[in-house]
Amino acid sequence: MSATVTFGKDLTGLEQLSAEQIKTILDVAEPFKEISERPIKKVPVLRGKTIVNLFYEPSTRTRVSFEFAEKRLSADTVNISATGSSVVKGENLVDTARNLEAMRIDMVVMRHGSSGAAQFLADRIPSNVINAGDGQHEHPTQALLDMLTIRDHRERIAGRKVCIVGDILHSRVARSNIYGLLKLGAEVAVCGPRTLIPHGIEDLGVQVFKRIEEAIEWADVLNVLRLQLERMKAGYIPSLREYNRFFGISMARLERAPHDILILHPGPMNRGVEIDSHVADGPHSVILQQVTNGVAVRMAVLYLLAGGQPERAELAKRERGS
Amino acid sequence: MSRPILLKGGRVIDPSQQLDAVRDLLIVDGRVAGASDRPPDGTAVIDCAGLVVAPGLVDLHVHLREPGDEHKETIASGARAAAAGGFTSVCAMPNTRPPIDDPAAVGFVRAEGERAGFARVYPVGAVSVQLAGEEMTEIGELVAAGAIAVSDDGRPVWDSGLLRRTLEYIQTFEIPYFSHSEDLGLSAGGVMNEGPVSTSLGLRGIPAAAEDAAVARDCAIAELTGGHLHILHVSTRGAVRLIRAARERGVRVTAEVTPHHLALTDEAVRGYRTEAKMNPPLRSAADVQAVRDGLVEDVIDCIATDHAPHHYEDKEREFDDAPFGVIGLETALAVCIREMVTSGRMTLPELIDRMSCRPARIAGLAAGTLSEGSAADVMICDPEERWVCEPEKFLSLSRNTPFAGQELLGRVALTLVGGRPVFDRGGRVAAAAAEKS
Repeated sequence: MSATVTFGKDLTGLEQLSAEQIKTILDVAEPFKEISERPIKKVPVLRGKTIVNLFYEPSTRTRVSFEFAEKRLSADTVNISATGSSVVKGENLVDTARNLEAMRIDMVVMRHGSSGAAQFLADRIPSNVINAGDGQHEHPTQALLDMLTIRDHRERIAGRKVCIVGDILHSRVARSNIYGLLKLGAEVAVCGPRTLIPHGIEDLGVQVFKRIEEAIEWADVLNVLRLQLERMKAGYIPSLREYNRFFGISMARLERAPHDILILHPGPMNRGVEIDSHVADGPHSVILQQVTNGVAVRMAVLYLLAGGQPERAELAKRERGS
Repeated sequence: MSRPILLKGGRVIDPSQQLDAVRDLLIVDGRVAGASDRPPDGTAVIDCAGLVVAPGLVDLHVHLREPGDEHKETIASGARAAAAGGFTSVCAMPNTRPPIDDPAAVGFVRAEGERAGFARVYPVGAVSVQLAGEEMTEIGELVAAGAIAVSDDGRPVWDSGLLRRTLEYIQTFEIPYFSHSEDLGLSAGGVMNEGPVSTSLGLRGIPAAAEDAAVARDCAIAELTGGHLHILHVSTRGAVRLIRAARERGVRVTAEVTPHHLALTDEAVRGYRTEAKMNPPLRSAADVQAVRDGLVEDVIDCIATDHAPHHYEDKEREFDDAPFGVIGLETALAVCIREMVTSGRMTLPELIDRMSCRPARIAGLAAGTLSEGSAADVMICDPEERWVCEPEKFLSLSRNTPFAGQELLGRVALTLVGGRPVFDRGGRVAAAAAEKS
């Protein structure tokens, strides 16, 4: 691991990161995995740091994962959700952030419904900003944990064929995965109904499969996205039943694959829509390991943005809280 | 009556008379005097050597926000900003709060414009009551009160039946219909041009087809009715192609393009810059090329700013939530000189034609000429002056420009309306007057 890799103030997306920076985050996540396996899951790496988890959209998994990561690094955390805060009283994002800043915080982890919100905030406050999902733009820590999971099972990312399946149009997970995987040398494809594939996606360097059978034949890894019920109401697909029939990942489809396929899903799953239960709970699936890796990756990001040295991560985790 | 003014030794460019020569221009009683007339005693002599003297610019498309949003702009502040940009006539769109959909409202805009005394302000009346797209306004009454065109700008007239009746009905009053051509079904939810940039930013796209589809429909209805269709803010290559084809068939369609659509692509949105958010949105490089060519080849008749002021706090927010619109009155001339003249696409007289004579003709305004006896609406500029766009120095109440910090070429020195100085950057008129007295 190179000692020269440094990080900026914020993590707003993977588009701005270099391959070296992404690799460093994944490498630093490795030693942090072990902390969560201990009886006392705490190291003093971020002791005295104050982190605000600012969630403008409902999220259980990502928020809890960040909170565990923060607490296992001994940071003090506050959670703010859109309901029950000044957000609903009409305070704008900049004022909310400045008020938090005035209370002398160190980091903000933000989930927001508007693309670009994380950058907007990062440009206006001196604290570190970590994007926990902004609109349809990026969800960098999700893509990092996806890549860590692929690496765990397939040794390396470079040369792997990864197909992202489903609602690419509205997906921040898809964009972050595309940027990250391409930087690490993977081949990337997307597959879904054409109504849910954005125009110009090929310009990002990915190929498009119209039919799931072709995608399965090509891919080493399928990252299956959640299909939101709202997409049917908005007329992007006629019905969930039809979606499952033409794009759902079933055992029957996987069994016809020419090689072993790894199945990822960022959750929460709609069983029987984009993924069948036999697949989700079956031998191809690494979905729960993604959740476990999520904590380690977020610890790595927090550690690095707080100024931690990549090469000292192994030492840092040996320290004991007092 | 203002005192006589002699604009001495400037390069007088008047496309309405195919005039481009160094000569003096005498203004007496607010009107352009004859070439042989002698300056009366007490004439203020303004040295215009090295400057261009041209008809005041005419903008068919501005939003002055009054009544209803006076914190963004007022008729007076907008007309003053216009004067600073060399504009002597501006056409104010009716999508204010309340909208300009009855004769009293038209009269209010006119009266406020006259009271302010900067650029002349011509009201555009609404096509439909409350801009709701349902019931036609009393268009005849609006014209009698001073409206020079009708439009529901900000929105298309989506009901094709109403559009047909409008394009028929306006023929009695010999006014154009100003069309915001947009297919709302295709643009729904979009905040920027649909393409690789919107995909990478994760922002909802407005496809070029939203404009093309609407322009095709509008041209078909103009062809059916014979009414004068003027297409606002053309931004796509498809629209240029459709307008070209319609004109070749003899359809009565005219068109305008904004300085920002001539100058910028959707790359300007990167970084979620809300000052580059407007509707229609900044398009691809191929579209920019097409609208430039369309202007040069006379498919697009004129340049109009779509000056759309917004308050700082409305733009200082998440991209999805920020309003559409940019201001343009104080940068239009310089941006167009850079994009069209410095680049060699047009001559300066051709550009002035597209910013004064041609738009005046579209709206039937007695403007855009320095011929003898016409009202002395004059723009005097230094086409070689370099300056940096500093929004905090604008006379507009708003600052939402995508050109902030850019170096621009060509700057207005003096603007006269009816022979009266309404903008005087260097204090030339005051100095000349002091010399005489």
